[in-house]
Amino acid sequence: MTDPPPTEVHDEPSAAPEHESRREPAITARSPWVLAGRRLLRDRVAIVCLVVIVLIVLLAVFAPLVASITGHGPNQQYRDTGLSPDGLPRAPSGEFWLGTDSLGRDILVRIAYGARISLLVGVVATALTVTIGVVVGLAAGYLGGVVDTILARVIDVVLSVPFLLVAIALVSIFGAGLLNTVLVIGAFSWASMARIVRGQVLSLREREFVEAARSMGASSARIMFVDILPNVLAQVIVYTTLLIPVVIVVQATLSFLGLGLPAPTADWGGMISEAQNYYTTSWWFVLFPGLALLATTLAFNLFGDGVRDAFDPRAEGLTRGWKG
Amino acid sequence: MLWFLLRRTFLGALVLWLITMGVFALFFVTPNNVARSLAGRQATPETIQLVEARLGLDQPIWKQYLDFVRNALHGDLGYDYYHQQPVTEIIVAALPITVSLAVGAAVLWMLLGVTNGVISAVRSGSFADRALTTFALFFYSMPTFLLGLLLLYFLYFQLTLSGYPFFPPGGYVPFTDDPYEWTRHMVLPWVTLALVLAATYTRLTRGSMLDVLGEDYIRTARSKGLRESRVVVVHGLRSALTPVVTQFGIDLGQLVGGVVVTETVFSMPGLGKTAIDAINRQDLPVILGIVLFASAAVVVANILVDLAYAMLDPRVRLH
Amino acid sequence: MSLLEVRNLAVAFPTPDGVVRAVRGVSLSLNQGRTLAVVGESGSGKSVATQTLTGLTRGAKVEGEAWFEDTELLTASDRTLRQIRGARIGMIFQDPLSSLHPYYTVGWQIVEMIRAHDRTTSRTAARERAAELLGRVGIPHAQERIRDFPHQFSGGMRQRVMIAMAMALDPALLVADEPTTALDVTVQAQVLSVMRDLQDEFGTAIILITHDLGVVAQIADEVAVMYAGSVMEMASRRQLFYEPHHPYTEGLLASLPTAGNGRKRLVPIAGNPPSLIAPPPGCPFAPRCPHAFAHCWEEAPPLRAVYGDTAHQSACWLPTDVAGRQAARDRLRTATGGVQ
Repeated sequence: MTDPPPTEVHDEPSAAPEHESRREPAITARSPWVLAGRRLLRDRVAIVCLVVIVLIVLLAVFAPLVASITGHGPNQQYRDTGLSPDGLPRAPSGEFWLGTDSLGRDILVRIAYGARISLLVGVVATALTVTIGVVVGLAAGYLGGVVDTILARVIDVVLSVPFLLVAIALVSIFGAGLLNTVLVIGAFSWASMARIVRGQVLSLREREFVEAARSMGASSARIMFVDILPNVLAQVIVYTTLLIPVVIVVQATLSFLGLGLPAPTADWGGMISEAQNYYTTSWWFVLFPGLALLATTLAFNLFGDGVRDAFDPRAEGLTRGWKG
Repeated sequence: MLWFLLRRTFLGALVLWLITMGVFALFFVTPNNVARSLAGRQATPETIQLVEARLGLDQPIWKQYLDFVRNALHGDLGYDYYHQQPVTEIIVAALPITVSLAVGAAVLWMLLGVTNGVISAVRSGSFADRALTTFALFFYSMPTFLLGLLLLYFLYFQLTLSGYPFFPPGGYVPFTDDPYEWTRHMVLPWVTLALVLAATYTRLTRGSMLDVLGEDYIRTARSKGLRESRVVVVHGLRSALTPVVTQFGIDLGQLVGGVVVTETVFSMPGLGKTAIDAINRQDLPVILGIVLFASAAVVVANILVDLAYAMLDPRVRLH
Repeated sequence: MSLLEVRNLAVAFPTPDGVVRAVRGVSLSLNQGRTLAVVGESGSGKSVATQTLTGLTRGAKVEGEAWFEDTELLTASDRTLRQIRGARIGMIFQDPLSSLHPYYTVGWQIVEMIRAHDRTTSRTAARERAAELLGRVGIPHAQERIRDFPHQFSGGMRQRVMIAMAMALDPALLVADEPTTALDVTVQAQVLSVMRDLQDEFGTAIILITHDLGVVAQIADEVAVMYAGSVMEMASRRQLFYEPHHPYTEGLLASLPTAGNGRKRLVPIAGNPPSLIAPPPGCPFAPRCPHAFAHCWEEAPPLRAVYGDTAHQSACWLPTDVAGRQAARDRLRTATGGVQ
C-alpha cells in the first residue's frame, strides 16, 4: 500500500503512425506548463479539492486559535465536564463541538492539532521520498553501466521488502517519533519513484538535446539536473501529489497500530486507534477523526487525479472529457 | 525459459540474502532488552546473562548471522524466544489464515475492479464513468483500518443491535472445522481488503482500456463487423489485462506475506497479526522469519508475473 | 446504378476547443470493379469521410446520404452496419503492424472474421479458407504461417495478411486507407499489385485513400482530390495527371518527383491547411493559392464541370475552359518570373 496507483505508463513503445487524427485544430505553440495549468483551473473537482486542502492547512496552522476559541487545550483532560458520570466520552454539545474522547479531551481541538502531524509527515516524508527517488532514478538511468546495475538491484530489493512489517519493526526499535516515522517512510518508499524516473531517463538519454549538451562538454551532473530533470518533472509532480495521501495514510496506520507519536500528542491515526474500543458507545469519537483523515486523503487524491489529467489529457475520455 | 528461471531464482535468492542481512543488522545490532524482559523484573545480571546465552545472544553478531543463514538454508528459522516453538511452525499455522484472506479478497477485488474499469472505459465520460471513478477513488483514499472499523460498526454492531447477528466482530474459524463459520468470519475482512484494493484495479483497468480502445487493431476489429461486446472483451480487455495482471501478482505476493492492518482490525491470527505481536514482544526470530517469508513471497510473485507476462503477450521473450 | 453513392457528406466533431468540421459536403460515386483514389494531405478529411461511411467514427455529427447496395449507411442501424462491415465492405489500414491484434495468430484473426458473419462455416473449414487466402495474396507456406503472430511477419507480408482478411468474405467494396504508406517502395508496388489482381478476379470496387500521387498513378481509375474537408477536384486518372484544373492539384503535381525531371526543383505548396474549427468563408485553399483573387475569399466555389467534360469537376473560380485556364497559368508564370 505504499505506491500510488500506477500512472498508466506503458513500457512498450506503441507504434503511433502519422495518420489523420480526428481533431486537428491549428495548434499554436504554448508551454505545456501553461496548458496544464489552464486545464487544471478548468477542472472544478480539482479546484474544490484544492480549497479543501487549503482549509485543512489553515486548520493546522491556526490550531492554537481553535484551542483558544473553544478554550480547550489539545491535551487537557476535562474529567468533570468532558466525561459522563460513568467515565464515558461526551457527545457533541455547545461546550465540546465534536464531543470528547475517552480521557475527556476536546476532539475538535485534537483534530486541529492532529492535522499538523498528518500534513507535516505527509509533506516532509514525500519530499524525502521524491528527492531520493529522483536522484537514484536519474543516476541509474543516465550513468548506466555498473551504477545502473547496482541501483536497479537495490530498487528490486527495496520493492521486495514487506514495507509495513519492516516499518513497524523499525519504528518499534528506534522509537516512535516524528523524525523516525519520516525517515522510515522515506527509506522504503523511494523505489517506485526511482523506477519511474529511471525509465523516463533511459528514453531521454539518447535524445538530440542530451547529445548536444554532451558534445558541448557539459558535466554529467549538469546534464542530469539541468537538461534531463525538467523533462521528467511533469511525471514527478503527478507522482508527488498522489504520494502525499499515501504517506498520510501510512503515518496514520503506524499510529493506529500503536506506533504513532508518544502520548499525549494528538494525531489522527492514534485518535482512531483509541476510539476503537468505544465505537459501540461513542460514534463521534471514531467518526470525526476518521472523517478528517478521509477528507484529507480524498482531497489530495482527487486533486492529484486532476493534476495527472492536466498533464496527460489522453487520460480523459476518447471523444469528450467530462472534466474538460 | 529454463535459463530465465535459473537466472531469476538466482537473483531472487540474492535479493533475499540482502534482505536478511539488512534485517539482521537492524534488529541485532540495535540494543534490545529481550533477555532482560524474559528474565523478569527482579533478575540478577547473572540470570540475564544465562538467558542471553540460552538464546545465543552472547555470541558475536557475525556468528549469530552465519548460524541463522546456515539453519535457514536447512529450512530451520529458529525458535521463538518465549515458548521455544519453531518459527516455521508458527508461520505454517498462521499462513492459511492470511492466504484465505488474501485469495478471497483477490477474487472480489478483481471482479469488482476489472468490471468497473471496463465499464468506465467503454462509457468514458458518461455518468456511470464518473460515478465508478469517484467510487473507486473514495475507497482508494480510505485507510484500511478506518474502513474495517466502519464495516464493524455498521455490519456487526448495528446489525447485531437490530437483531441480525450475522457478522461476528472478528476472529477466525478454520475452513476444515466449519466451512459456514469460516465464511461468516471471512466476509467482512474480505470486503474491507477488496474495496480498498479494487480502486487501484478500476483505475488501472480504465486507463489501460482507454489506451487499448484507441489502438488501430480495435478499429480493425470493428471493421471486421464484430459485435461491440466482442471487440471490447476479446480484443480490448485481452490486451488491457496485461498491466492489471502484473499489479495483481505484486499485490497478491505482498498480501500473502501478511495482511497486517486487516488482520489486526478483525483479530485474525494470520501472518501480519503474528508479526505485529512478535514486534511488540521483540521476538526477533519470529520477526525475522516472517519478514523473510514475506519477502520470498514477493520475489516469487515477481517471477510468476514475468512468466504470466510472457504467456499473455506472444511478443515477449523470456531471457 | 453505382455501387456507392455519397451525397453531401458532412462530419463534425465537438471538441473542448470548438466544433471541428472535418468533412464539409463531400459527394462521391463509385461503380462496381472500379478504383477511386481519394487524395489529400493528412487532415484533409479523407479518412474521416470513409470511416464515417462504415460507422467507425464515434461521437461525430453526421449529415448527408450514402447509398451502398440499397442501404443508406448514415442512418442504418448498428446491426445493419455491423453486417455490412467485413462482409460487404472490407477495410485495410495504414500500419499493418498496429492494425493486427498482437496477441492472436493471423489464422485466428482471419477465422474470427469469417465466423463472425457466417456461423455455418466450421472452424476447420474457416481455417482452410484462411490458409487458402494467405496463399492467394502471396504468402509462402501459408498452411504453416497461419499459426504465426503478426510480429513474425515483415511489413509487406503483414499488409498482405490484412488484405487477405479484408477479402475473406468477397466484399463488394474494399476501403484501403493509406495501405502502402508504412511500406518500402518496392513492397508498395507488390502490395498494390496484389490488390489489383484480387480486384480483377472478384470484381471488387476499391476506395484508395492516399496522399501519394505515385500510388494513384499505379492503381486509380477515378481520383478525388480533397482539401480541408472538401473535394477540390474530381477527374479520371488521366485527366487529373495531364489536365489538372484546380491550383491545389497542380500544386500537388508540382511537388511530385517524377523520373525525367531530375533537374527541375520540386515545388512544395507554401503555407498550411486552414483550421477546421472556424474555416474561412471563401475557398479553403485561397490563403495558399497563387491565383487567388478577391472573389475567392468571399465565396467558396462549387464543383463545376471543366474542360467541357461532365466527369471532370473542379471547385475553383478560374475559367472552366482549357484556353481560359491556360491563360491564368501563363499570367502567373510571367508575374512570378517563371518559377511556377
